[in-house]
Formats: sequence, structure tokens, C-alpha cells
Amino acid sequence: MSNATAQNSETEEKVEEPIDLTAANAVIDKYLTLHGNLMPVLQGIQDEYGYVPKPTIELVAERLNVYPSQIYGVLTFYAQFHLKPRGRFIIRVCVGTACHVQGATRIVETFFDKLHIGHAETSADLRYTFEKVACLGACGMAPLAMVNDATYGSMTVQKVEEIIADYNQRPMKK
Amino acid sequence: MSENAAIKILICQGTGGVSMGAKEVEAEFVRVIAEKGLSAVVGKRCDVIKTGCRGLCANDVLVDIITEEQGRVTYDFVKPEEVENIVNEHIVNMTILEKRKAKPYYNTFVKKSGLRGRGGGGFPTGMKWSFCAASPGKLKYVICNADEGDPGAFMDRSILEGDPYCIIEGMMIAGFAIGATYGYVYVRAEYPLAIERLQMAIDVCYEKGYLGKNVMGFGFDFDLRIKKGAGAFVCGEETALMASIEGERGMPRPRPPFPAVKGLWGKPTNINNVETFANVRHIILKGAEWYASLGTETTKGTKIFAVTGKVKHTGLVEVPAGMTVRDVIYSVCGGIANNRKFKAVQAGGPSGGCIPADILDTPVDYDSLIKAGAMMGSGGLVVMDETTCMVDVARFFLNFTRDESCGKCVPCRIGLKAMLDILEKITEGRGEASDIEKLLEMGTTIKKASLCGLGQTAPNPILSTIKYFRQEYEAHINDKRCPSNCCKELLLWQVIPEKCVKCGACLKACPVDAIKWEKGQVAELIKEKCTKCKSCYDACRFMAIE
Repeated sequence: MSNATAQNSETEEKVEEPIDLTAANAVIDKYLTLHGNLMPVLQGIQDEYGYVPKPTIELVAERLNVYPSQIYGVLTFYAQFHLKPRGRFIIRVCVGTACHVQGATRIVETFFDKLHIGHAETSADLRYTFEKVACLGACGMAPLAMVNDATYGSMTVQKVEEIIADYNQRPMKK
Repeated sequence: MSENAAIKILICQGTGGVSMGAKEVEAEFVRVIAEKGLSAVVGKRCDVIKTGCRGLCANDVLVDIITEEQGRVTYDFVKPEEVENIVNEHIVNMTILEKRKAKPYYNTFVKKSGLRGRGGGGFPTGMKWSFCAASPGKLKYVICNADEGDPGAFMDRSILEGDPYCIIEGMMIAGFAIGATYGYVYVRAEYPLAIERLQMAIDVCYEKGYLGKNVMGFGFDFDLRIKKGAGAFVCGEETALMASIEGERGMPRPRPPFPAVKGLWGKPTNINNVETFANVRHIILKGAEWYASLGTETTKGTKIFAVTGKVKHTGLVEVPAGMTVRDVIYSVCGGIANNRKFKAVQAGGPSGGCIPADILDTPVDYDSLIKAGAMMGSGGLVVMDETTCMVDVARFFLNFTRDESCGKCVPCRIGLKAMLDILEKITEGRGEASDIEKLLEMGTTIKKASLCGLGQTAPNPILSTIKYFRQEYEAHINDKRCPSNCCKELLLWQVIPEKCVKCGACLKACPVDAIKWEKGQVAELIKEKCTKCKSCYDACRFMAIE
């Protein structure tokens, strides 16, 4: 895992696989009559696909009667929308005030070193995505890290290595 | 006015009343009374009387109806189209329209309690409610701001997860008081458990008939929905939050018009913070006087603080407003961890400032904290000891607000970036003598010129650290030293033999074997292997590494 490289622009360019739009259509059906439905629709699509694939943007534009540019504006404004596929394991390290004071920077740097991916990047094998986040709301346990839904409190550099070793062993399939 | 007139209809004709359509209401009363032959129907004379202003202009048009049977009953927000109904129900059928009477009562109740917005600004909640109640329009919204973005604060999350019903109750009362029938709770997406629990509570309320059409048979409709955020700090600002609910980029809008007049989808909207709504239930249950008896002259009730950082007992504490910061940190939270010395406490998150040791006896209320150069904010208290560098803290907050600036207005978008560049220069040992003045000047300008609360408060952490810890800035710039041994580029990376107690804690902490130590020996740091991660520095309880 340690020699995996970050996704670069070349791998991004590769031909996009055709996307099954059934799930996206179902999400749009669910929220069609709701006032202010653009964000719930996009969030629903992201829950289904793990990110917001380009063909679904066109679909949403068509069905909700908004410009694709407007949707793109919303997608790029909020930190939680993703336009590219994400890793199987999403590592979030809190860099909020309390974690910062307790030494979050070195936790972040150790993850960078060990995974060879930077902030908001995904490893080429799609195993890991790394993110710095502002606050996970458990400041009493600072510094804090999360892998998917599992929370790890009082992080140390040693613990980073243990976590990576653990997740390297886990299966890629959900 | 004749003596034997049994029914009097008094219509306010002050400036406020007239501007809200008192003349039309009066004309309508005269027309309806004549048309119905009302005097003949009830067998009494009916007089329509103009009166002067009676002070409650927020609720104009005010109409008093005095009858022998009912005494004096005041109706507020009367519109011409409602006149016929009032005449039919009140005068002919002699039933008081309860719904109209109730609203100002709750506003006054909350006003009397002295509750102030717990989101940080501290605006009196009752007043906010009456502004929104006074705005014309049938469709109004109540929004609960649960976009708790301040790093270091997590009380809203714990309320949502622990007692979601108190938020629903608070919002229903607000909806009832201002005449809103639709509510949103805007929760940040980083709180999945809070969203799950709140949704569960809302579902239960719908099932039991506490939400929906004709709530508990009171003839009042109230619908409530959760709106999930998508990760943008600026959405905690009320106008940006509304843009986000509408499904747009969460960018602030200029005020006025204020949300109470023109808010969500252009309708009058009332926004309060989670903690504010949580307080409402207790005020209604136990009374405004009870609530007002807690706290200080200007800040009533209690306040929840999230105490984190280098303190022994981190977590949430609820204290009566007016307790001193010292008591919160030392009596309630057990003092500083690891035997170190207290340096400062940061209050109010990225919008707040620092409170140094010598003004630790500042009471925690809105006004005292602002006077000290900090602010209540959402209630995050991050405690810092002698190993925390104040320049680095300022840099940290600015980095955060720079990232979260939405980019709409120039002072915030470019100004914060320029200030951050200077701070980075200083922490890397390349600072110049003029930098402090430059920071002060830019900070003041950004505060004045920014559009929303984010930009207007973003320079606060820098201005307050310069105010109280100027000597630390000067040490970085003039001596190229970080007095707290925090800024990596300025550290020497060596063990001070006189201070080392030969315990070996640093050896265990080091992830790369860069420490040489044997029992009874002073530790040694091997610079070639060191990755400058600072694990050893934090592990050493005797400050023996510099």
C-alpha cells in the first residue's frame, strides 16, 4: 500500500464507465415536489454512488429544470460533495482548535507520509481517501481521527501506523 | 361617544397603526356594522372609536373591543378582510377568537425572561420574535441553526443527540408565537447521529399529533423538516444558511432586509440557535421570573461551555452566566493538565479572542467578554498552557477562516489571505519589524469592510493576541525564537541536560528512534533521524526539550 501514488491528472482522463442512472432517477422522484430540493437530491445521489458522477449532473439539470452550471456551483461550494470516486476507507483527521493544540499536525503529516496522498486525495487503488476536517465534535478526545464511521481518540504517531496496518488487511468489498 | 353605548370598538390610529392600514380596518368596521345593522342585531349601540398610539406598534393594527359580557379584548395584526369574522364571532356570537390573543403573550414571556441568542451574537430572543411576528405575510418560517461549525464547540450536537424533543418544543412555541407554520432544522452533515435522532423524534411527534395539521387540537399547524448541510462554515451565518436551504451556494446576503422581514424564499423568517430553543421550554414551564433570576444583569440564565485543550477535565459544562472564567477552568474543570502553567483561554472560536491570565476573573457574560476582547461565541473555551504559541494559534484560526471564506466580498477573500501570509512568515522566522503594525491595520479594515459576520470577526484572534501577547510576536520577529517552543522552524531540537530527569518518556514517544536514552542517563536527540514531529516535546513533563 505504501507505494500507491495519488491520482494524477492522467488517470482522471481515462474513459468514464457508463453509469446506471436508475438510482439517481429514484432519488429525484423522491424529492421532486419538495421546495428547495437541489441539495437533498445531490446528497441522495452521492449516498448512492459515493460521489456525484457527471451524467447524473446532466440528469438533475434536465429533470429539476436548473442549469448544469448552477449545480456545479453548488457542488464545488460545499466541502462534502465529491466529483470523483472516493476510496473504500475514508480517513478524516480533525484539525479543529482543540486537536490543533493537542498536536493534530503531526498526525496529519504521518498519514501523508505513510499513505503518500495529500488532503482530499484518493489513492490510485481506491483504498484510501484522506481528508483534514475542521471539527468532528469530540474535542474531549483530541487529537481525533476517523476511518469511515469508526472514531479513534487520543491519537499518537504510533497509533497512525497501527490503524494503517489494520486497514491494509481489510477487504475492499463492503 | 354616548353614555349608553354598550359596545366600543377602539382602533389604534397612531403612525404605526395608520401605516399598517388602520384606516382601511376602520372603514371596514363601519361598513360591516352598517351592513349588518349590528345595533339592531345585538340590541345595543356600536361605536367605532379612534384612539392614539398604545405602544405595541410591532403588533399593529390593534383593535380593542369592549363589551359588557367580555370586558376589553385586544386583537392584534388585524387586517380589513378579518373584520367581518371578528364582528360575527366576537360581537354577534360572543366568542373570543383565542388564537389572535395568544401570540403577543408568548413574545412578552420570552422577552421578560431576558433570554439572549445563544449562537454568539446575544441578540434578545423575545425581540427577534416580535420583529418577525410583526412582519406582514401569511407564510412565515422558523429555522433552528444547528450548523455548529466553530471548531472546539459541541454543545449543540449533544443537545440534538441527547434531547431532540426540547428543540422541537422550542420551535413549536416560536412558531405559535410568531405565526409561522413551517420549521427547518439546519444540521451540519458532520453530525450523522444527531440527524438520525432528531428525525426519529420528529417522526414520533407526527405520529402522536404534536406536529402537522391542527397540533393537539389547538387549531395551529406546524410542519418540521431537517435540512442537512454539506460542509461549509459560513452557512452558520443566517443569510448564508437560508441560501443553503434554498438549494444555492451558501453565500451571505446583505442586510437589511433582515430575515425577520425578508428571509427564506423572501418570507419573514425567525432564526435561533439550538441552545436558544432548548431554553424556551424551561422559560414557559418555570416562568420568566425564574429564568431571569439566574445569571447577571445583562445575561440571564445559564450557558453551556465546551471546555477543551490543555485542561484536566475536558467536556461540556453548564454554569450560570456571570461565573468567572477562573472558576470555570479551575473549580469546574480541574485546572491545567500535566502540571503546566496556564497561559490563556481562547473564547468564541475563530470569531473570538484570548483571555490571558491577568484578566481570568472576567465573568462569563456577553458584555464582559466583549469588553475583554473576546466573545461568548457559541461557547467554546480552548485552554492553552505555556507550550502553546499564541502566534501559531492566531495563524491556525486565520487559516481556518481563510479556507471557509465564501469569496463573495473582497476584504474577507483577499485580506485574510494577505494576513495569513504575514503570519506564516513570522512563524517561519522571516518576520519583519513592520509586520505587527501591518497586521493591526489590515485587521481593523477587514472588520469594518466585510459583508457578513465571518469577515467582520475573522481578524479578532489576531488583534486580541497582539493586544495581550505582543511580546511573543516580537520574539518571533526580532529574536527568531518561539518562546513556547511551538513553531517548528524556530526550534533547536535538543535536550536541556539540567532539566532532564532521565525518565525516558521521550524514548517511548518517539516514533522514529531518534532518542538515545539508557536508565540513569540524560536523553539525547539525534538530529539526523528526527522528523520534527514534536512527540517527545509533548511527552516531556519537565520542559527539557527545546
